[in-house]
Amino acid sequence: MNFSNAIEIKGLTKRYGPVVALDRIRLEVRRGELFGLIGPDGAGKTTLFRLLTTLIDPDEGQASVNGMDTATEYRNIRKTIGYMPGRFSLYPDLTVDENLAFFAALFGTNLRDSHDLIDPIYRQIKPFRTRRAGKLSGGMKQKLALCCALIHRPSVLFLDEPTTGVDAVSRSEFWDMLAELKAKGISILVSTPYMDEANRCDRIALINEGKVLGIDTPQGIVSGFNAPLFALHGDDMFGLLKAARCYAGVRTCYPFGQTHHLVTESGFNAVRFIETLSAEGFSAIELYPVEAGIEDVFIQRMENESGQSHIG
Amino acid sequence: MGSFLSFVRKETLHIIRDPRTMLVVLLMPIVQMTLFGFAISTEINNIDFAVVAPNRTSAIRQQVERLAANAYFTYKGFISPKETDEVLRRGETDVVVVFADDYDRKTLSSALSPTDGAAIQLVFDASNPNIAAAGAGYLQQVLSVGGPATLIEPEMHLMYNPQMKSAYNFVPGIMGLIFILICAIMTSVSIVREKETGTMEVLLASPVRPIRIILAKMIPYFALSCINLATILLLARYALDVPISGSTAGIVAISLLYLILALALGLFISTIADTQVMAMLISGMVLMLPVIMLSGMVFPIENMPKILQALSTIVPARWYIAAIRKLMIEGVPFAAVLKEFAILSGMTLALIGIALRKFNDKLE
Amino acid sequence: MNRDKVISVKNLSKKFGEFIAVDRISFEVERGEIFGFLGANGAGKTTAMRMLCGLSYPTSGSGTVAGYDIMTQGEEIKRHIGYMSQRFSLYEDLTVWENIRLYAGIYGLNRRQTLRRTVELLDRLQFRSEIRTRVGSLPLGWKQKLAFSVATLHRPEVVFLDEPTGGVDPVTRRQFWELIYEAAAAGTTVFVTTHYMDEAEYCSRVSIMVDGQIRALDTPTLLKQQFAAKSMDEVFRTLARDAKRGE
Repeated sequence: MNFSNAIEIKGLTKRYGPVVALDRIRLEVRRGELFGLIGPDGAGKTTLFRLLTTLIDPDEGQASVNGMDTATEYRNIRKTIGYMPGRFSLYPDLTVDENLAFFAALFGTNLRDSHDLIDPIYRQIKPFRTRRAGKLSGGMKQKLALCCALIHRPSVLFLDEPTTGVDAVSRSEFWDMLAELKAKGISILVSTPYMDEANRCDRIALINEGKVLGIDTPQGIVSGFNAPLFALHGDDMFGLLKAARCYAGVRTCYPFGQTHHLVTESGFNAVRFIETLSAEGFSAIELYPVEAGIEDVFIQRMENESGQSHIG
Repeated sequence: MGSFLSFVRKETLHIIRDPRTMLVVLLMPIVQMTLFGFAISTEINNIDFAVVAPNRTSAIRQQVERLAANAYFTYKGFISPKETDEVLRRGETDVVVVFADDYDRKTLSSALSPTDGAAIQLVFDASNPNIAAAGAGYLQQVLSVGGPATLIEPEMHLMYNPQMKSAYNFVPGIMGLIFILICAIMTSVSIVREKETGTMEVLLASPVRPIRIILAKMIPYFALSCINLATILLLARYALDVPISGSTAGIVAISLLYLILALALGLFISTIADTQVMAMLISGMVLMLPVIMLSGMVFPIENMPKILQALSTIVPARWYIAAIRKLMIEGVPFAAVLKEFAILSGMTLALIGIALRKFNDKLE
Repeated sequence: MNRDKVISVKNLSKKFGEFIAVDRISFEVERGEIFGFLGANGAGKTTAMRMLCGLSYPTSGSGTVAGYDIMTQGEEIKRHIGYMSQRFSLYEDLTVWENIRLYAGIYGLNRRQTLRRTVELLDRLQFRSEIRTRVGSLPLGWKQKLAFSVATLHRPEVVFLDEPTGGVDPVTRRQFWELIYEAAAAGTTVFVTTHYMDEAEYCSRVSIMVDGQIRALDTPTLLKQQFAAKSMDEVFRTLARDAKRGE
């Protein structure tokens, strides 16, 4: 076993009745890495977190954290990990400081020992230290929960959808904090349903319906997109979407922010395409090649996985 | 130990931060005790009596006059034997004093044989058992003093409450119920709440053994129940005038044992239930009903069908209530409840064992 | 009154004691628009949306939704709008058909309307085979699409969507937006909140709330010009960074 890996997962499978929540997952998180699990709700992210935090046991395969097996050495693992579950996991009727004090006691430590680690985050919620956790804003709760998860200086941090339901600015701040923690040598496994957050990770795994669709650096994932990709814009966006899908040589077309993304066969003739659409009465058509994003790759892999086109 | 104390502190904060629940918990015994206490008035001011006497001999008249002259009794008149039932049922009188046909002979005869029956029969409306009990005693006293002979043996027919239920008997019942309610329901709900909100995940993923967290949870509720125990005992003694004739130490000892048992029950429930609603329901169905129905609190166990009697033996409250009754009302020494104490101890150990075995340090 | 202004509010405010949750907001939404209602956590979006849905009355200000006065005709408004949120949408323990029938009943559709619209709805979603399936066993994306279709079953003038696509996979998210486009093209006004900034680009117009006030309101293209930003994400961050208050 390679001890330079913070997390190693081999052939991990978990079933709930007939539902296969995780299907032969294999991945490694290196020491000091910020690793992202990117996937929608129901992809199996939470199940994977529970397996790795030793809360449940796998049906097949095995996983290790810091070189210790999650099924047999779980007591030792629990001393070295920090976990922030997807749900709000603080006591809403206790104040900020009372929550911190409790979690410190839980890990047999105190705030001073982890001061350097927590203080940059704690400073932001300090003005509300006597407020009950239930009365904090979403962003504040998240920061408090992170403080609580860090209080015993874990070497591996598990964060299950820490940014779900949080506005874009707070989300961005949260990722800044994670970058700082990583700089202090903590290995972090974080999940998110927001594809745009993938670029903040060192490496990511795309995960859907219990299967890993790809593991690589964000750049590596993006460069794995293997078809011509165009952005399409015009006056009647919805009309364009439908028209483009009917055009031979267009594999799929889907809305992508302010444009539509057009995935085509190789040898696609863009000029002919624009002419045809103009002839159909569309105006102000713009078509230009674009670099694929994580989301484009996710969509492509999802379709490869199920062997059919979901869009268009 | 430091960390354990801070767990206890945290649980205590949960209780204090929810003042409404805490108030309910602390007031519940007071409300229940006063309700039962007032519903069953312990004071006897005025007892109405009617008289059945086929032969109104002068001796009988004399007795009736003596009763009527007493401040505590109000004479309602002579009635025929057939009317007895109806008059009582309509509440026109509290007691009917029935003089035997041969009252004079019986009271004069010095060689009365037991088969002859009593000279005076007292028929009570015992729906109010305190009046019946106290009134009967007092009536006997007045009648025997005034009688020409000492051999009056009034017979009591307590018509509507043959078990002589009284406030006394309700006190052990209330104790059996309240401790189960507070300890089991409150602990199970507070553990299940952590499952529901997700904090349990963090607790389990920490190096602390769940048993310490669980124990820390039980302590504040145990303390709360001790306050309730004190409240109930004080109310029983000074507001309801329950004699508490047996050993107080014995009562406290067996009550503390019962508290621990109820806490273990709560823990056990928390391992089965996934939601707070479920915990409440299980507590309600599995604990409340048997405690009320099968413990002897409301219905006497001796009168139950055999199968229910057998079932009642596994209801802890049955043994607790029986023991408290003995200690508190009958005033027997602690040695007399050793059997109950042993059974409760066994149940407690078994429950703790099962609950701890079931309480996993994993999520499933 | 202008029939084409489906939502029209002026100086709408809501106070909770000293706290001004919504501070004199004014805007209009036209028929068939997809109106994006953005804001940081705690900016007052939810409070504003509740007032527009007739669920709570404003402290001051005036306005109409679907032609009804929000100060006095809350009940009428409720009958003429649709509402769907990520948290509450359908009853998981009922089947697809039972959910549809329930909603049809709530909005007073007769039997023939119910049946016709149900068939239409199921065909549009390619859902016919799932009519007897319990909603709880459907994948999240399907549920959300179904919930949207059910929320518009009674052909409301305007449908309010509160973070309808949270946690949904990127493919289903797009399918969901196509449903929104279709509904808008058919004349239903759509009022939507979201945390996905790319979805803000799909809207006809977008308003951004900060600290209880609307700080910006325009088409995505013009907003990006105004703030010299490349994306709506940038626009949003520029505005939300100045937020004074949390939730």
